[in-house]
Amino acid sequence: MKVYVDNAATTKMSKVAINAMLPYMDKVYGNPSSLHSVGQEAAENLNVARQTIADILGCEAREITFTSGGSEADNQAIVSAARFGERKGKKHIISTAFEHHAVLHTLAKLEKEGFEVTLLDVGEKGLVTAKQVAENIRPDTCLVTIMYANNEIGTIQPISEIGEVCKERGVIFHTDAVQAVGHIHINVKEQNIDMLSLSAHKFHGPKGIGVLYSRKGIMLTNIIEGGAQERGKRAGTENIPAIMGMVAALKDANDHIDDNGKKLTAMRDRLIEGLLEIPHSILNGDGEKRLPGNVNLCFEGVEGESLLLLLDDKGVYASSGSACTSGSLDPSHVLLAIGRPHEVAHGSLRLSLSEENTSEEVEYIIKAVKEVVEYLRGISPVWRDLQNGKREYVIG
Amino acid sequence: MALYSEKVMDHFRNPRNVGVIEDADGIGEVGNAKCGDIMKIYLKIENDVIEDVKFETFGCGSAIASSSMATELIKGKHVSDALQLTNKAVTEALDGLPAHKIHCSVLAEEAIKSAVKDYYDKNGIEYEKEKFAACEEGHCCH
Repeated sequence: MKVYVDNAATTKMSKVAINAMLPYMDKVYGNPSSLHSVGQEAAENLNVARQTIADILGCEAREITFTSGGSEADNQAIVSAARFGERKGKKHIISTAFEHHAVLHTLAKLEKEGFEVTLLDVGEKGLVTAKQVAENIRPDTCLVTIMYANNEIGTIQPISEIGEVCKERGVIFHTDAVQAVGHIHINVKEQNIDMLSLSAHKFHGPKGIGVLYSRKGIMLTNIIEGGAQERGKRAGTENIPAIMGMVAALKDANDHIDDNGKKLTAMRDRLIEGLLEIPHSILNGDGEKRLPGNVNLCFEGVEGESLLLLLDDKGVYASSGSACTSGSLDPSHVLLAIGRPHEVAHGSLRLSLSEENTSEEVEYIIKAVKEVVEYLRGISPVWRDLQNGKREYVIG
Repeated sequence: MALYSEKVMDHFRNPRNVGVIEDADGIGEVGNAKCGDIMKIYLKIENDVIEDVKFETFGCGSAIASSSMATELIKGKHVSDALQLTNKAVTEALDGLPAHKIHCSVLAEEAIKSAVKDYYDKNGIEYEKEKFAACEEGHCCH
């Protein structure tokens, strides 16, 4: 059996998305900036696409900027809000300790320039509260940037409540919604979100395309200079085929959001239940306030990479932490942020489902993980010490 | 997976000499669970020859493969030859390791040195302390 359960890393493109792209490669291939009919036909289609995205997010078309993906959108959102604040002498930013590195590294860069960054504690459940945000807003706070749903442990933050606090206090609120869009209901106006980042390949769209939603009135700072595309705020000829694929995928995801959510939640909960039968295992992140497709556990006495490699041999394609940090020796900053000690954080497994997975696959995964964990514990001196009482269990 | 050589994957999937020697003559344990690697080597020694060797490892694919290869390289050897084993030899025997995984082969070399040192200590055999400097340091992340 071959089971792909790394959908938080990327998804398989849907036929809907692929078919939506094809005409824009050889039929409607014009440059939307060209004045002739071929170019203008592309421009008209681009306008429709922009409006469709805006309708789904609950904003206006002119508030949509197409980017190369989530990372670029995060970079541009944060830098723009920082520059906007800086002009008014506001150089304080609030975020969380377990953001994606696209956010954390951009914040670190701004810190070097003299910005002050407060990273909120996310607690053992991997959740922040609107109260924490309210308590940390200062007169010089120019931005609150908090991810909608965490990419490793899937916990969903109280975005509407945070949006309300930010609106009351007049602070720009950005959310990295890369893992959430297409999977849970979002409406930027109703939720008082000022800026939002999304990426198409997380909901069966193409890679290399994303969106930055930015409420009108917020001046964007260019990350990429050049032509006057995207109202002059993001240069480069629009990637029309990818945009069309993204729009089709998002529409499809949104049309089935409730059915998919139900199906995924049932599979997720069965996976969690089955895997927690493994002694000395623990779920990372809140069990309820989490993405329908996210499962993340730690197994004591086992190291994550060998777990993944042996699961790969059994045809289970999963990840340990996020794909972005593989190759690094440090344990996940997300697991450390929720208080897992280093030795336990090394033994994590993330399974991220898509609606294409089946309950048979879920049972197969449970069996495969149980076998691999048991085998690795059998050759682990840490596990032997735990069993002999020479070392104390961290996970009860 | 293309992350590792075929040799590494073979030793990772089918590790040689896994287990415990209950009446071992020398035991060496290096690494730190906090860093994600612990290796434990058990030696059965007769007339200064390593008659049997077993290992237990908590760690990544290359840590398990390095332990397996290192035990293969010292089995049946004189202890003084085992002490000559370098991390470079382990890496080469595995057809190379990714740069950020070289520390796994270092750990394997140190685990063997540490086990031999334990054997020397238990039997009152004198040795040059500086040869075992790394074992004394309380090894951690590289």
